[in-house]
Amino acid sequence: MPQIAQLAETYSSQIFWLLVIFGFVFLVIGRGMVPKVMGTVELRDAQIAGDLAAAEAARSQADQEELAWRERENANRAEAQALIAKAKAEAAAASEKKFAAAQKRIDKRLDEADAAIAASRDSALAEIEGVAGEAAQDIAFKLAGVKVTAAAAKSAVKDALTHG
Amino acid sequence: MAGQEAKVDPMHQFAIEPLFGSKHWELAGYNIAFTNSALWMAIAAVALWIFVAGGMKRQLVPGRWQMAVETFTGFIDNLLAANVGPAGRKYVPYIFSIFMFILFANLLGLIPLPLGMVGVHAFTATSHFTVTGVLAIMSFAIVLVVGFWKHKLHFFSLFVPHGTPLVMIPLIFCIELVSFLVRPFSLGLRLFVAMMAGHVLLEVLSSFVIDGIHAASSGIGPVVAVLSFALMVAICALEILVAAIQAYVFALLASLYINDAENLH
Repeated sequence: MPQIAQLAETYSSQIFWLLVIFGFVFLVIGRGMVPKVMGTVELRDAQIAGDLAAAEAARSQADQEELAWRERENANRAEAQALIAKAKAEAAAASEKKFAAAQKRIDKRLDEADAAIAASRDSALAEIEGVAGEAAQDIAFKLAGVKVTAAAAKSAVKDALTHG
Repeated sequence: MAGQEAKVDPMHQFAIEPLFGSKHWELAGYNIAFTNSALWMAIAAVALWIFVAGGMKRQLVPGRWQMAVETFTGFIDNLLAANVGPAGRKYVPYIFSIFMFILFANLLGLIPLPLGMVGVHAFTATSHFTVTGVLAIMSFAIVLVVGFWKHKLHFFSLFVPHGTPLVMIPLIFCIELVSFLVRPFSLGLRLFVAMMAGHVLLEVLSSFVIDGIHAASSGIGPVVAVLSFALMVAICALEILVAAIQAYVFALLASLYINDAENLH
């Protein structure tokens, strides 16, 4: 077994060269290069995490903007609805007022017409009474030769008119 | 025949040979010959450097190579995050170095170089306990330093689990202390034994293949050779798995021990 047979003559060179070569491996590769490799990995991880965070932030911002837009939209719609309702109410009120005015005018003219009709009828009636009284006076004079006074004839006519 | 059989030595692959005439290099009286073991450790380190350097483009959208490197760093990062918690992050460079160095050394040692016939063959540095032992002691030293640095002498409470009855404390303390001190040995020996056993098995099976072909006249020889070869292929696949698992086990246990030091109970 050379490991033991050659121990005395080779141990120093084995240890020496191992320390030299492993020292190189540790200092140059382990201390010098490995941290850079791991730094690259960390940079990449940080980049990925940053990108993900930025995407997340952009998404939440978009959500917020959509929410705000929706609120604005709803407000606008409500405002428009209110405007329409107000216009409708105003129009309804205006037309009602116009209707009322027209109705009033019509009523007034009806009243006037009624009054005119009543007046005409009254005057016609009065005329008829007068004419009938005179006629009754004449008839009574001509038929019976009785002179009836105008007042008596008139009251008799009135009496006959009212009693039918 | 007998001479050829003797040439197949399953242990020869672990022999350390100085290269480039560096046999007598010395530093402060100690031999530091640049051996085949050192060469393959260096190859593993360079291969690892090339691998990680290929993943350093730092693109936001990674290519395949960058993805592969990031998978490994992420794997070690997760391992430490799961076993040590947030405090484990600072150990990523060390655990990554340990894991990848062992993984590359294990896998490179499995390469069946076609130049094996002329004596050039892959060497598995992690099949030597001088190597795995140093790696284990380094990991254990980190545990000790961090433990005593963070918790001072309170670190010894690691050896007294919660809810231990008062009379049992001395005994439990001794048992826990021994189990703690055995850690570097188990850590280093596990890797060394696993790598060596696999390579010895492959070598023994390959010797069956060669001996079977040499004994073609006996009739049963080629059958043994073919069966052994099929088994070798299967065990090669298993060894690749073992190479990865042992590197993972080493890194996992090192991080578990660090957890003891970081988060005392």
